[in-house]
Amino acid sequence: MKIAIASGKGGTGKTTLSTNLAAALAHDGRRVQYLDCDVEEPNGHIFLKSRWDRTDDVTVGVPRVDLDTCTGCGKCGQLCQFSAIVTVKGKALVFEQLCHSCGGCMAICPAGAIREVPRKIGVARYGGSSGIATGQGLLNIGAIQSPAVIRHLKKGMGDRGIVILDAPPGTSCPVIEAIRDCDFVLLVTEPTPFGLNDLELAVGMVRQLGIPFAVAVNRCDIGDDSVVKYCRNEGISVLLEIPNDRQIAEAYSRGEMMVQAMPKYRSLFLELFDDMIQCTRKKVCR
Amino acid sequence: MTKEVVIISGKGGTGKTSLAAAFASLAQDAVLADCDVDAADLHLLMNPRVLRKSDFSGGRLAAIDPHTCVGCGKCVTLCRFDAISLDGPGNDVVGKTYCIDPIACEGCKVCVEFCPAEAITFEPAINGQWFVSETRFGSMVHARLGIAQENSGKLVTLIRKEAKRIAEEQHKHLLIVDGSPGIGCPVIASITGADVVLIVTEPTLSGLHDLERVGQLTRNFGIKTLVCINKADINPQMSDQIIHDAEKQDLTVIGQLPYDDAFTKAQVMKATLMEYTGGEIAEQIKTLWRQIVYAAG
Repeated sequence: MKIAIASGKGGTGKTTLSTNLAAALAHDGRRVQYLDCDVEEPNGHIFLKSRWDRTDDVTVGVPRVDLDTCTGCGKCGQLCQFSAIVTVKGKALVFEQLCHSCGGCMAICPAGAIREVPRKIGVARYGGSSGIATGQGLLNIGAIQSPAVIRHLKKGMGDRGIVILDAPPGTSCPVIEAIRDCDFVLLVTEPTPFGLNDLELAVGMVRQLGIPFAVAVNRCDIGDDSVVKYCRNEGISVLLEIPNDRQIAEAYSRGEMMVQAMPKYRSLFLELFDDMIQCTRKKVCR
Repeated sequence: MTKEVVIISGKGGTGKTSLAAAFASLAQDAVLADCDVDAADLHLLMNPRVLRKSDFSGGRLAAIDPHTCVGCGKCVTLCRFDAISLDGPGNDVVGKTYCIDPIACEGCKVCVEFCPAEAITFEPAINGQWFVSETRFGSMVHARLGIAQENSGKLVTLIRKEAKRIAEEQHKHLLIVDGSPGIGCPVIASITGADVVLIVTEPTLSGLHDLERVGQLTRNFGIKTLVCINKADINPQMSDQIIHDAEKQDLTVIGQLPYDDAFTKAQVMKATLMEYTGGEIAEQIKTLWRQIVYAAG
């Protein structure tokens, strides 16, 4: 069972919900894994106090040209769609940062002058914290291939038990990589014009991917009722509403979990989980 | 010469867009660009009147013609992006053909090049639309990235270039850019070559952690970077910690704003903070803006 917690808009409470959900389930004796797929700015470890047992380098393959063998025919540069390899003064020259690792240049080189070498773009860490198996991807600063780090992170983690994926914000490639093979997506938003606009984009995305989903409204008593109205009109279930509570915000600021600072929330997250399971079974939440 | 001010945050939801809009209403002499193309919200406060609308194509996508595919599977072995599967309809030769998932396709053309049956087309993909608009605060360039589309970095670069061109044509002193959260491809595309970056953060452990990473990014790019702490009174000790850490990183903290529900209320009214309130927060934002303009030169 893989559940992704996602949102169009940033800062709506993805990490809060996913870490608290994981902690509530672990406390209830379930086998649970938490994967921080927000590899540009991962924060789940702050709340889960994770220890890392293993760190993998995440690499992508980039071409290395043997200049003695290269004939300067230019076929690699003609094929490359990303301007990552060009022929200058009769020799192929590589711009590693632009490479998408498609392997095209290597496949097309008639002289066999190109081989692939690894280029490190980040790390994937694995470990745990009080009953929760934890994983985190961390993109190198200046690197752009977030999806490759997410892919590696997901592959390195087993899929036994309940897997909770904390997705990056937005609706483009990194989010898709995080949620594409999940059984359920919970979209977190807040009841404001920005929250609504970005929720609509996120709903479009999960519908296109065909994944069952529902909505959680954080700070549900700020703003207006447009998010709730939208969900009602679209037939989307709102499974969780969390009030704007300064106590929650302050606990968050110190890196503390809601379910620890305010144990009354534990049952709320367990109910949320049961509701999500039901939605997945009935596929009613689409 | 137009100076470019980019507002980013590392962590999402810290108040970037609300502040960018407030600055727009203070600037009088600026062009706006919304480069948070993944989750563009600035238009909700700016009520733009679209003057020009264009399609954005960030690249091409491969598609297999099921009538021509011979089912050899060469494409699958070459594709590095798990985009090809044997799920296409049958034809005279084979019972099933290969087909390409447009969401997973990276547009690398490798399958097109090596298909022995020449069954794969490679047409420009429409990844979104971008707009040149008029607002009550001046011209604005913004975009809507298509659902589940790639190439947001390319779209950001396009928007900034167009906004800069318009600003220079109109002899505007400033270009205000609303950036995206994170440190990845759209953020790098937003800040490359900018004059000043403002990072809006919040006094939380997450905010502190994210500021360190995004601050390192702007430093690597050699861009003058200012920091503003929003909702500073949620955790004053953490705010002090952020100021301390920021100074060690050569980031200049230009101000702290208290938690104020005017941010939400202005948004609901579709107004900027400056239009919504003349209170204390408005004065504090004016002070921030003066420092940003000064830093931009």
